[in-house]
Amino acid sequence: MNTEDSARATGERIPAETTVTRQKRLERIREAAFNIRSSALIQAEVQGQGYIGQALDIADVLAVLYADQLALRPDDPEWEGRDRCLLSIGHYALALYAALVEAKVLPAEELDTYATDDSRLPMSAMASYTPGVEISGGSLGHGLTIANGIAMGLKRKDNPAFVYNILSDGELNEGSTWEAAAVAGHHELDNLIAIVDFNDQQADGKSSGVLGMEPVDQKFETFGWIARRVDGHDLPALLTALEELRAEEAGKPRCLVVDTKLGKGVEFLETREKLHFMRVAPDEWATAHQQLKESYEA
Amino acid sequence: MSIHTSTAATAPKRLTSDAMSASLAREDQRVTAAPLGHALVELAQEDDRIIGLSADLAKYTDLHVFRDAMPDRFYQIGMAEQALVGSAAGLALEGFVPFVSTYSVFATRRAYDFLCLDIAEAGLNVNMVCALPGLTTGYGPSHQATEDLAILRGMPDLTIVDPCDAVDIEQAVPQLAAHDGPTYTRILRGKVPRVLDEYDYSFELGKAKLVRDGADVLLVSTGLMTERALEAARELEADRIDVAVLHVPTLKPLDEETILHELGKDRLVMTCENHTVIGGLFDAVAHTLVRNGSGRQVTPVGLPDEFLNAGALPTLSDRYGVSTGKLVERIRAMHGAAHR
Repeated sequence: MNTEDSARATGERIPAETTVTRQKRLERIREAAFNIRSSALIQAEVQGQGYIGQALDIADVLAVLYADQLALRPDDPEWEGRDRCLLSIGHYALALYAALVEAKVLPAEELDTYATDDSRLPMSAMASYTPGVEISGGSLGHGLTIANGIAMGLKRKDNPAFVYNILSDGELNEGSTWEAAAVAGHHELDNLIAIVDFNDQQADGKSSGVLGMEPVDQKFETFGWIARRVDGHDLPALLTALEELRAEEAGKPRCLVVDTKLGKGVEFLETREKLHFMRVAPDEWATAHQQLKESYEA
Repeated sequence: MSIHTSTAATAPKRLTSDAMSASLAREDQRVTAAPLGHALVELAQEDDRIIGLSADLAKYTDLHVFRDAMPDRFYQIGMAEQALVGSAAGLALEGFVPFVSTYSVFATRRAYDFLCLDIAEAGLNVNMVCALPGLTTGYGPSHQATEDLAILRGMPDLTIVDPCDAVDIEQAVPQLAAHDGPTYTRILRGKVPRVLDEYDYSFELGKAKLVRDGADVLLVSTGLMTERALEAARELEADRIDVAVLHVPTLKPLDEETILHELGKDRLVMTCENHTVIGGLFDAVAHTLVRNGSGRQVTPVGLPDEFLNAGALPTLSDRYGVSTGKLVERIRAMHGAAHR
C-alpha cells in the first residue's frame, strides 16, 4: 500500500508532501469525475428524467472533494474525525450518491434503486435515509445555517475537521442564507467552506433573470468571508482553490463560487435547452454514456 | 383650553400597555427571578453538553443569566431566527444540547421551516425556550403568540410544554435536556410566581397532574391558566362550589389516559388556556374525548379567534375572559345554570 492508499484507508487527508505527485492526484480526480457522471446517468435513467443537468455540472467539484479533499472513512461514515460535507440542494442527490459510491461509502449496485420505493437513495437527499448524507436538504436556505452550528460544535470539541456546504446560486435568493453568512462572519467560523454552484439556472429560468445575486463572491466578502471564484470544470483550479482556502490562516469563513455548465460532459445535454428538470428520451441514454466517454477520453 | 388638557386633568389615569420587561407576578406573590436562566446554569454546571443561543433576546427571555454565568457556552446569533434554529441543529448534530431562546412569535412564525426540518425531522435534542406566550404582553399581535400551540401541534415528534410557574420551569429544564428529541417550551420570564409548591405536585414531562380535587367542576388547564384556575377554585369555596384542577403542562404528547380518567367523572368541565381556543388545549382534549367515544361537553376558556388589542394586561385579560375574576364569574354562571 502506498502512502496515498494508506492515508485514504484511515480516512486522513492526503498530506501535500506525500510522494504522490499533484499530477497523479489530478488524474485520480478526473477519473472520479467521470465515474460520478456515469453513476449519475445510471440513476437518472431509472426515472427517465430529472436533475441530471445539475448532477453533471457539480461532478467535478464532488470529485475534488470526495476523491481528494475530504477526510472520510468509507466503512465508518459517522467517524468523528471526518470532514462534514453538507448538501443543501437536496435535488442534487443523485450526484452525491454517485460521489459516495466513488468514495466507497455506498455500493454501486444500489444506484439503480434511485428514487424507487423503499430505496436508501430518495430523490431528494435526506440524512435519515442514506449513510454519508449529513443533512436533509431540499428546502433551500437551510444548509449554511446548519453548517454554522456544526462549525461551532467542531471548534468547541477542538476537532480540526472542516465543514463544507454545497449550495446553489438559486439558494442565494433565500434570506436565511444571508443570515447564516452574517453569523459565520461574525463568529469567525474559519473551519467552514461554502461552495456556491453557479450554473445560472433555477426552477423558473436563468438565475440571473429570476433574481440577480451578482456579484456573489463580493457579497460574501462584504459579510466577512474570504471568497474565490473559479471555473467549476477546471480541475487544477478547483483543487488549488479548495486547498488554498483550507490552508488560509485568517479567522474567516471561506467561500468558493464555481461557475458551472448544466449537463457538463454530455454534449447533447450541454447544448439542449437549459431546464431545471431535464427530460431524456429512452433511446438517448446510450448516446449520453457514449458522449460522456468521448469527452473523458478526448 | 384644549380638549386634550381638560381630559388629562379630570379623567382617572388609564393603565398603560405593559412593557417588554414586565413580569406577570402581582406584588403580593411569592416569586423567583429568571427561573429559566438559573435552572439552566445549574444544569450546565453538571452537563457540559448544554449550550445557550439567543437571537438578540437573551435579556428578555432570562437567558442572560446563563450568558453572564457561562459566556463561553453561549452564542449570540443576532436578530436572525432562521440562522438561530439552524445553528442549534448543527450544534446538536455535534452532540451538544442547545437551549434556544427568542419570543414565541418569532420562533413559530418566522422559523417554522427550520424547526420542522432541521430539528424535528432530524430528531435532534434541541430545546426551544420561548417567551411571551399567549397574552403576556400588551404590545399587540406582533408580540402576542396566541396561536403558537396551534402552529406547532401538527409538527411530528415535537414535545410541547406550557409551564404554569417557576416551579414547573425549574423542574422542566433538566427533563427537557434529558429527553432525546426536540422540545418547545413557553417560558414565563422576569419575576415568575411560585404556585405549585403549595400542592403535592411535581413536573413530569408528558404527564398531566390533578393538582386539586373537587366534586362539582373540573378545570383542565395549562400554562399560567393553571394558576388562575387554582385561584378561582379557592374563591369559589365561599360559594360552596367544589372545583378540581387538572394541570396539563405537556400539550404534546398529551396524557390522554389521565385526561380520560378525570373526565370520566360527572362534573362540569372547562379547559383553560392562554392561547386561542383554536388548535390548543381545548382542541386536544376534545379530540381525545371524541376519539374515545365520549360525548361529554367541554367549555373552552381561552383567547378569542381574533387579533388581540394592545393595552394593559389586566384590562386585556378581563376583556378576553382569561382573568381569574372572569373565570370565577363564568364558573358561577355555568354551575348556577346546571343546578337551577
